[in-house]
Amino acid sequence: MTSQAEFRVALLDPHQTPPQGVVTPDGRPVFKRFDVYRNNVAVSLTEALETAFPVLRRIVGDAFFRAMAGVYLRQHPPRSPLMMFYGEDMPGFLQNFAPARSLPYLPDMARLELAIRQTYHAADAAPVDPATLAAQPEDALPRLRMGFAPALRLVASDHPVHGIWAANMAGGDNPAHRAETALVTRPEFDPLVDALTPDQGRVLSALGEGARLGDAVRLGGAGFDFGPLLTLLLQRGAIISLTIEEPVS
Amino acid sequence: MRDTGHIQLPPSPGVGYKPQHFTAIMGDPGPVGWLEVHAENYMGGGGRPLAQLRHLSERFPCSVHGVGLSIGGEGALDADHLARLKTLCDWLQPASFSEHLAWSSHDSAFLNDLLPLPYTTATLDRVCAHIDQVQDVLGRQMLLENPSSYLAFSESEMDETDFLAAVAGRTGCGLLLDVNNVFVSATNLGYSPQGYIDAFPLDAVGEIHLGGHDEDEDETGAPLLIDSHGRAVVDPVWALLDHTLARTGPRPLLIEWDTDVPDWSVLAAEAHRAAEALHRVPA
Repeated sequence: MTSQAEFRVALLDPHQTPPQGVVTPDGRPVFKRFDVYRNNVAVSLTEALETAFPVLRRIVGDAFFRAMAGVYLRQHPPRSPLMMFYGEDMPGFLQNFAPARSLPYLPDMARLELAIRQTYHAADAAPVDPATLAAQPEDALPRLRMGFAPALRLVASDHPVHGIWAANMAGGDNPAHRAETALVTRPEFDPLVDALTPDQGRVLSALGEGARLGDAVRLGGAGFDFGPLLTLLLQRGAIISLTIEEPVS
Repeated sequence: MRDTGHIQLPPSPGVGYKPQHFTAIMGDPGPVGWLEVHAENYMGGGGRPLAQLRHLSERFPCSVHGVGLSIGGEGALDADHLARLKTLCDWLQPASFSEHLAWSSHDSAFLNDLLPLPYTTATLDRVCAHIDQVQDVLGRQMLLENPSSYLAFSESEMDETDFLAAVAGRTGCGLLLDVNNVFVSATNLGYSPQGYIDAFPLDAVGEIHLGGHDEDEDETGAPLLIDSHGRAVVDPVWALLDHTLARTGPRPLLIEWDTDVPDWSVLAAEAHRAAEALHRVPA
């Protein structure tokens, strides 16, 4: 009897002989016929990774990417049939992938590209009317909590992750070294990526976890100006609810 | 309550939907009367994929075709995945749902290919139990598609056509007859494709698939056809379609083209050829 466990092991390991009991029409052992399945698996998963990580692929080159994908797909085969989300282990994989160590920003780039795909497929949500925010009394703003679109993602990095991503998308030079947080939003159907300072990233991250505006902005440090971040979030349709906590009397 | 008829789609040409064809199809679908989508591409929360599908479904009958349920798997069906299929079918209310006689998951790994199984009384019991579960959860009849085969199993006890007839008889599911898969499997395993069609339980056929394949050879020089869905349907497969339609009468007829996807005009030309084949058949 041919077990599917045996079949699976041989599929992912080209050095294994095909499982017992799979044969040609006249009952001889198979070689190339089994390789059709091996090839389907390796090629389709490699293509899925190429679709998921176009900028990683551009940075490392086609040949390196294919070789890396071959290692990845054997260590981390998909855990679900949703191929649009395949590659979720890539950041951790790259952290430990010795041939990629000379490019320490690759794990963060993988996190950004995963975030872009999650944003593309996230649930729809209607943004708040900016006028609603403008109508809030100024003394209530510290007690404001914001709800964000399911499509919003933040990728904090010690590297200029947005700058490197943008340079590879547009074909420019890599930016000077600095820490950056990438903000991914979806005003309509196409994800947009913006650069935030690490301070803006910390403030927005706290707001996303439900902090009041007055508490969140303190994480931005002395003199933090929330205005530019708020303008960007409104432009990107990223805020979907506003609630004011009643003052404790 | 479950539908008892096997044919839920119009007996006209359909195409496998690709997002790059959205504007062309909405503008001028030509002879295309319905669309098929791969279920797994529409399991996100929202965004463009679901918005496009909603638009398309307001204009065309839709078929949801799953490629990841692993109905032939040794283990239990993935309950999370089955729940996602139910969510999609409840939302879209497609005219038809179909899946494959194949496995693709083992333990927690999804292998992203339609893998073969032997045809034995044990695998028959398992496949029937899985189809019963699918039909119960979805609350609808499903169609099961015959696979492309590249090899055989020494433990198989019955022909594929007998296996499929038994599945349809026991579960009440319909069948999706992929004529290109018949041609590929018959060539690779050395039997007559016309003989396969003649032995097939044609009364249960609710949909027919057509697609392109690649040609190769095994290490002994024997022909090895590969079901690639990456080119036009070849003449011998069109002839096998005529042989089939002469026995079934008109059936919903899908053109599949999944890799190296061409411009809409090329796909529309295949759909026109499918329409001509349907017109040659007395209703």
